[in-house]
Amino acid sequence: MVTATKTLLKVTDLYAQFTGFGGTRVVRAIDGINFTLDQGETMGLVGESGCGKTTTCHAIFRLLPPAGDIVSGSIEFDGQDLMQLSDSEMRSIRGRDMGMILQDPMASLDPLFTIMDQVAEPAHHHRGVRGGSLRERVVELLRSVRIPSPEIRMREFPHQMSGGMRQRIVGAISLSGGPKLIVADEPTTNLDVTIQLQYLNLLRDLQQETGVSLVFVTHNLGIVAKMCDKVAVMYAGKIVEQGSVRNIYNNPRHPYTQALIQSIPRLGNKDPLYVIPGQPPNLAELPTGCAFHPRCPFATEKCINEEPPYVSFGDGQESKCWLSVEEAKNG
Amino acid sequence: MKTFIAKRLLSSLATLLVLSIIIFALVRASGNPAELLYEYPGAREEDIARQAAAWGLDQSWPEQYVSFVWNIARFDYGQSFQYGTSVRSLYFDRLPNSLLLAFWAFLISMAIGIPLGIMSAVKVDSLWDSVGKTFALLGLSVPSFFVALLLVLLFGVKLEWLPFLGKAEGFFDWQHLILPSLSLGWFFSGAMLRLTRSSMLEVLGSEYIKLCRLKGLPEKVVIVKHALKNSFIPVLTLAAVNLVVMINVAVVVEVVFSWPGIGRLLYDGLINRDFPLVQGVVVMAGVMIVGTNFIVDVLYGYLDPRIRLTR
Amino acid sequence: MASDQISDQVLVTSPPTGVEQVSAVAHRSLGILKEAPKLPVGIILFVAVVAIFAPLLAPHDSETSVKPIKVFAPAIYAGGTWDTPLGTDFQGRDILSRLIYGARTSLLIGLLGTVFAGIMGVTLGIVSGYMGGLWDQVIMRITDAKLALPSLVFGIFLAAVLSPGLWTIILILMIVFWTRYARVIRGEVLSLRERDFVKLAEVTGAGKIRVMFRHILPNIMNTAMVLFSLTVGVAIILEASLSFLGVGVPPPTPTWGNMLADARPTLISERWTLTVAPGICIMLLVLAANLLGDWMRVRLDPQLRNR
Repeated sequence: MVTATKTLLKVTDLYAQFTGFGGTRVVRAIDGINFTLDQGETMGLVGESGCGKTTTCHAIFRLLPPAGDIVSGSIEFDGQDLMQLSDSEMRSIRGRDMGMILQDPMASLDPLFTIMDQVAEPAHHHRGVRGGSLRERVVELLRSVRIPSPEIRMREFPHQMSGGMRQRIVGAISLSGGPKLIVADEPTTNLDVTIQLQYLNLLRDLQQETGVSLVFVTHNLGIVAKMCDKVAVMYAGKIVEQGSVRNIYNNPRHPYTQALIQSIPRLGNKDPLYVIPGQPPNLAELPTGCAFHPRCPFATEKCINEEPPYVSFGDGQESKCWLSVEEAKNG
Repeated sequence: MKTFIAKRLLSSLATLLVLSIIIFALVRASGNPAELLYEYPGAREEDIARQAAAWGLDQSWPEQYVSFVWNIARFDYGQSFQYGTSVRSLYFDRLPNSLLLAFWAFLISMAIGIPLGIMSAVKVDSLWDSVGKTFALLGLSVPSFFVALLLVLLFGVKLEWLPFLGKAEGFFDWQHLILPSLSLGWFFSGAMLRLTRSSMLEVLGSEYIKLCRLKGLPEKVVIVKHALKNSFIPVLTLAAVNLVVMINVAVVVEVVFSWPGIGRLLYDGLINRDFPLVQGVVVMAGVMIVGTNFIVDVLYGYLDPRIRLTR
Repeated sequence: MASDQISDQVLVTSPPTGVEQVSAVAHRSLGILKEAPKLPVGIILFVAVVAIFAPLLAPHDSETSVKPIKVFAPAIYAGGTWDTPLGTDFQGRDILSRLIYGARTSLLIGLLGTVFAGIMGVTLGIVSGYMGGLWDQVIMRITDAKLALPSLVFGIFLAAVLSPGLWTIILILMIVFWTRYARVIRGEVLSLRERDFVKLAEVTGAGKIRVMFRHILPNIMNTAMVLFSLTVGVAIILEASLSFLGVGVPPPTPTWGNMLADARPTLISERWTLTVAPGICIMLLVLAANLLGDWMRVRLDPQLRNR
């Protein structure tokens, strides 16, 4: 892991927004985010619902819903700026160099086509694999995601599979084109608790076997600790803190990250679970200054009026909070 | 699949049974059906008595109902008041003409409704979509007899391009067919368009289409292979049902164009107070539509692996 | 009485119930109508005004001849006169006056038929969904069976069995269209039945009828309104079709449908206004009703959007 130093994905000043009601309402779903991901590295993207995690994933694929638009910024992937590519060039990257795992395994497979058909598509369209070798490839992929007797199961249809199996098949699809990056958008949220861990282990094993980079979206910091090398914490369309897993857990600098860590349930601890007060903000009507100030226990006058800048700490940790500004000054 | 078919068959039969009860009850509730003959010009006392005996009106209601259902099962709807021949032979004489008309109207409704519906959904909120939505709204709002009258007025009377009365010999007699089938297909084009559009939109918004795009499949493959196949199941279901409905609701169009189909027969029965004729055509409509629904359900089962592969 | 008080107290924080809430829904609907698209509302109001003031607006009596039979004489033709702006029909009656009086019959029948169908359909839909069991079986079997007959065919059958007249047509529309309401309302009631405020009302001892019509009814009013607006257009078309086939309102009372029937045998004559004018009236009214219905569907009931 230490040897992989080549940058695979570099997102710079990315802004994306949704426009609704004939342009009268604009929601800034991604509000200027920056992060990098090295080859073979796993990054956790954490935050509450509606903070822009899913939009970020789709933005990497340049596939936002019809009302959404990437306003500015660059997404550098494997040495080329995705924003400069034509639609068809972009399409040939999707599925070949990057794969995605969606949230709901029950809905993400086409009910009318066999597993074979759907797993084969990326390999067929992007890598030109045909005939017998295509079948072998599908079997190999299904085996790698631990589908029992793949030669038989691949002729079946999605409705004949359990949710956990379907999600593993979605994993196989994401690997089918031989990608360098996999984006997993809350892949275990809709799975039974008993098989969540199994799926996470599978993903981590696959990641280590194939050496792909992984962007792992979740709202569960506990999973991040298990899966990831680094973390980016998102709040209201912005990354409020990022750094290595070790640093973020041992020394969270942003009050939001601190609150998230406090709200992880711990075995043996009988104290009431910590709950972050208030609601995640409505992206259409963001608070002034730091968007987190209405819920922040340390909020000051300054937080209400001015947005804090990013402060970098020497070890690659970045935090977007006035407290961090003070800390950097004093420290 | 076998249990699925058996279930469907049972439910179709139940539907037919309830329908026969409704029709039977409505007729009996309105009085002695034989007395409808009173209103039939030239009917005499003994005619009424004979008709009453023929329909078994002196028996108890349950007995009457049983013989009513037995007659339906044998396609026996009695004698027409005005023609004096059996309703069955009248009906089957006219049916081919109705089939011909409905077939062409069906083709027109598919040819207009499906492509426009697909375009409308794929290019949602564009000019195509506006055209599609407007067309669908007009199809729903302009009654087919007005369309028929306008077509006659324009192409028949004013421009004198096309004949507008009756039917000539021959299957491909497009000159006599084009105006009636356009009028009949009008409403159904709008209906097909609406359904194709909404079905396509639903599928295009689904997670699996999202995943297809994330896989980097060419848009053509996404639309033609995945989206069309998924959205076509409801569309084909409606299309098949529409074909049969068109056979039976062509009344107004057949009246405008003097088309000798079963709709025209129904109209004749209606204005001449020929009750057995009306009842026969209506019951046949019910039988035909329930039967088609059953067949379509079974075909649907074969198309959809979710049904095909479960017992 | 005691149970009533309890249930009312408990229900303070629950979704709207009771008669005052029905009026609140009606009030809100009126408020919503103010935002409604102008064109369809304008058309409907215009037709309503014309229908109400028909005797004042119509230049002539609608059922008696004003011109010799051979004269057509619309205002734009040479020799035409403005006292019969759209000309006269084959009995010398003024087409415009017949159109104006026709608005009365068409609108009255369309609205009343749909309202009665609504009352019947909503009632049976609630009973079917809430009572379940045999009630549900019987009612849903009947709606299934009715689906097997197209409205026009069923309407014709009823017209053949019943004797023609204004109220007969309204009755026919009611019998033909109540199932549209019943099916949708039943589905809605099935989910409402499981909601807390209904459970609460049951726990506090409210009777079945009280639960159905005091607690459930107000919550399906929106859906019923949407269904109403979507059915009016179809009902007007069915009325016109029956009149066109000669089994609607008996002549000489004018309806737009029987005016078109009068026009049919005489298409080859020059009197095109006889066909075009009532046809356009039907078309505009139905178009307006459908536009309003579509708009209401989106506005009031997002769940119905894709139906």
